[in-house]
Amino acid sequence: MELENATEGQDDLIINVGPQHPSTHGVLHIKLKVNGETITDVEPHLGYIHRSIEKMCESHTYRQFIYTTSRMDYLSAHINNQACALAVEKGLQVEVPARAKAIRILMAELTRLASHQLWWGCTGLDLGAVTPFFHAFREREMINDIMEKTCGARLTMNYAVPGGVMADLHPDFVKDVKAFLAEFKGKFHEYDELLTGNIIFEERVKGIGYISKEDAISFGCTGPVARASGVSCDIRKLHPYDGYENLQFEEIIRTEGDCYGRYLARMDEMKQSMYIIEQLIDNIPEGDYQAKTKALIKLPKGEFYQRVETARGEFGVYIVSEGATTPYRIKFRSPGFSNLSALKHMVVGGKIADLVAVMAMLDLVIPDIDR
Amino acid sequence: MLLKIFDFSTITAAFHLWLSGKMSSVLVMLIEMTIAGMCALGLFVFLGLVLVYMERKVSAVMQIRIGPNRVGPWGTIQAVADTVKLLLKEGLTPDGADKFLFNFAPILVIIVSMLILAPIGFGKGLVIWDLNIGVLYISAVSSIGVIGILMAGWASNNKYSLIGAMRSGAQIVSYELSVGLSLISVVILTGSLQMSDIVNSQANGWWIFKGHIPIIISFIIFVIASTAETNRAPFDMAEAESELTGGFHTEYAGMKFAMFFLAEYINIFIVCAIGATLFLGGWMPFHIGGLTAFNDIMDYIPSPFWFFGKTFFLIFVIMWFRWTFPRLRVDQLLTLEWKYLLPISMVNTLLVTLMAIMGWYF
Amino acid sequence: MNNEELKSAILAIQPAATFDESGEFLNVHISSELLLPLMLELRNNKDFYFDYLFCETCIDWKDHLMMVYHLTSKSLKHTLVVKGKISNRDNAEIESVAGIWKTAEFMEREVYELFGVKFLNHPDLRKLILDDYWTGYPLRKDYSDPVNLIEY
Repeated sequence: MELENATEGQDDLIINVGPQHPSTHGVLHIKLKVNGETITDVEPHLGYIHRSIEKMCESHTYRQFIYTTSRMDYLSAHINNQACALAVEKGLQVEVPARAKAIRILMAELTRLASHQLWWGCTGLDLGAVTPFFHAFREREMINDIMEKTCGARLTMNYAVPGGVMADLHPDFVKDVKAFLAEFKGKFHEYDELLTGNIIFEERVKGIGYISKEDAISFGCTGPVARASGVSCDIRKLHPYDGYENLQFEEIIRTEGDCYGRYLARMDEMKQSMYIIEQLIDNIPEGDYQAKTKALIKLPKGEFYQRVETARGEFGVYIVSEGATTPYRIKFRSPGFSNLSALKHMVVGGKIADLVAVMAMLDLVIPDIDR
Repeated sequence: MLLKIFDFSTITAAFHLWLSGKMSSVLVMLIEMTIAGMCALGLFVFLGLVLVYMERKVSAVMQIRIGPNRVGPWGTIQAVADTVKLLLKEGLTPDGADKFLFNFAPILVIIVSMLILAPIGFGKGLVIWDLNIGVLYISAVSSIGVIGILMAGWASNNKYSLIGAMRSGAQIVSYELSVGLSLISVVILTGSLQMSDIVNSQANGWWIFKGHIPIIISFIIFVIASTAETNRAPFDMAEAESELTGGFHTEYAGMKFAMFFLAEYINIFIVCAIGATLFLGGWMPFHIGGLTAFNDIMDYIPSPFWFFGKTFFLIFVIMWFRWTFPRLRVDQLLTLEWKYLLPISMVNTLLVTLMAIMGWYF
Repeated sequence: MNNEELKSAILAIQPAATFDESGEFLNVHISSELLLPLMLELRNNKDFYFDYLFCETCIDWKDHLMMVYHLTSKSLKHTLVVKGKISNRDNAEIESVAGIWKTAEFMEREVYELFGVKFLNHPDLRKLILDDYWTGYPLRKDYSDPVNLIEY
């Protein structure tokens, strides 16, 4: 059904949700066809924040292009940078020092925690509970402060560079992270008390936005969305990078397939991220934080594909090199884009309020979708 | 025992007598009505400012924030600053809107909430119009408010507004039933629809203590249903800012929006006042049987303090709901009313009737 | 299956396919007309069972376009890259795989507007990101935009 040319029939009403709407979390535009309160069709319109980063990258050197990727999924900025750095390292075949690897993982897990905290707060906001937002930001602020001390920026870090990380850790890093972990562990039960156990919340998300395992794979869903449907897709486990293979953590796989499953998967992932940080924080190896690389990197002719696990799912960097200092073609496979394509499958037949719940649980970041 | 409580009707009666000696009865009535109107307006403004400030402070406490703290001491005149801002904003009427209905809707909503103030007793003898069908009057007039909301939603010529208004219509019509039935349970025990009679019947104990479990049930149902009737979270379907951006008042700005805003807070005050009057004894002081000294001390606290204290406690409870619960979905909202609250209220009404007939209450 | 087994199995289905093993994954080169039957076989054959298309994009090689499909199998854990060569650059057409992998619907819409590849039998081939009145295909190498200083 093409909504573009559809006229409003007798029973159907077409509503434009977005591009300015409180629960699209950015400039996403969703055309919604409703019969009363029931959604009969939904159609996402993208591009309001499309900057064509892929084209921009074609004129940037291998050192420069990494910075644009922080601006895609800004909540997983470090993990995006890490993916690009890994892809370039794959082409250069440099060995990254152990210290740099550990730092990258620590930062990636902190980023994941911060992203999930923001998601948790926004989920509450979307479902009409305002208070969780402030509770989530209380802890997220501590992570942002840690990031600021070490990386110099709170959100778009640009910390990972080909060969390692840009600078060594701040002297306070270990102390701050431990303080944060202690604080967050003490506060985590508040998260459960505020939302998880709330009967209204459970009624709002249970059985909503169901997607089966086969459909989740076919739609290319990744991250907690797919894992809630029983798909094993954690890149950290399937294709380990930067030393995830040496760490102990569980891949959270649930079988509900609905919004509640996605919610619980993310909540459990936060615990796993804390566990990963705990394993590493006392064991950061000494040594260099960066391998020696040339100032102007030239990748050999060939294709390099690197996948990482961001907070939203599988992020892929596909570099096609012609042997020059700039990539011939770069493709970013963004998790949100594929997850969004399953939106219609999830919400048709539901209520308008279910659309909001589903979008909250997809954890959409619009610059990640539009690129 | 009741004599100790100061009766405001002595003042009003003396004033009436004094006026009657000076001028004709028509003029006296006009002057008295003007004074009552001014008092009502004053109360409106006062409540609007206090409740907005209270809401912001309560939400701040729930959300580990400080809340307004810049304008005036502890931010107390923040609400005044907000009002000035709203006054200075452009009163925009959208092009496609039905101009008359669009501009009339907020006025209608606010008139309705003003009308309901009439039979509420703020203290002993402090009531604008103690008519003998007070409870009936309240439930009749309060349902007119939904017309204003439907009017606003329809006249805005906005799809979000329309959906919000339709939700609100369905919601208020449904929850009126539960509110009505829970009010009836007190009316059955009192045997009167007059507010002053209901308050006086609680001189030896509030209904929530005297009426056993059935009244407690109807009190709980009343609190839930009146939260829904005032379109407050977790029942704020009509606004639902994360779904419908602003619901029925999406297109409103400036003072017209402020009127909806004010009407919402006045409605909260009114439903809480009704709840306090019917279930918590209105302006009756808190007494414990047998403790004469304690009861005497309680009696010295002026009756308006008791009334406002109970009302603001209920308001706090409703605000507490808003800042902790997520929002229900519209079908769950109607399910809650038609499948749970209404049958419970009906059975409960029967129980109360039985109780009243058999005299099983204190 | 490992790469050698994949190679021989694919050759059994499509003898015209050529292989390239220089990169991380096994690459299969095929012309655009022969793509769809091979893809159907790769998805539905129990021995391949590539049920997950994790990346679909296009590369502009100046004289021709090349569709790149990154496939993996969730159950059999093997990965394959299929490359479909579209020789006719001015009127680029290829069969859509949106009927096989649902994720391809959006990815193909993106390629359609950014590279100008027309997907045959696509359920809903419209512009997704750009304005409806946009002319030109921004990710092609010969795209120039004087306003935003993108040079050919």
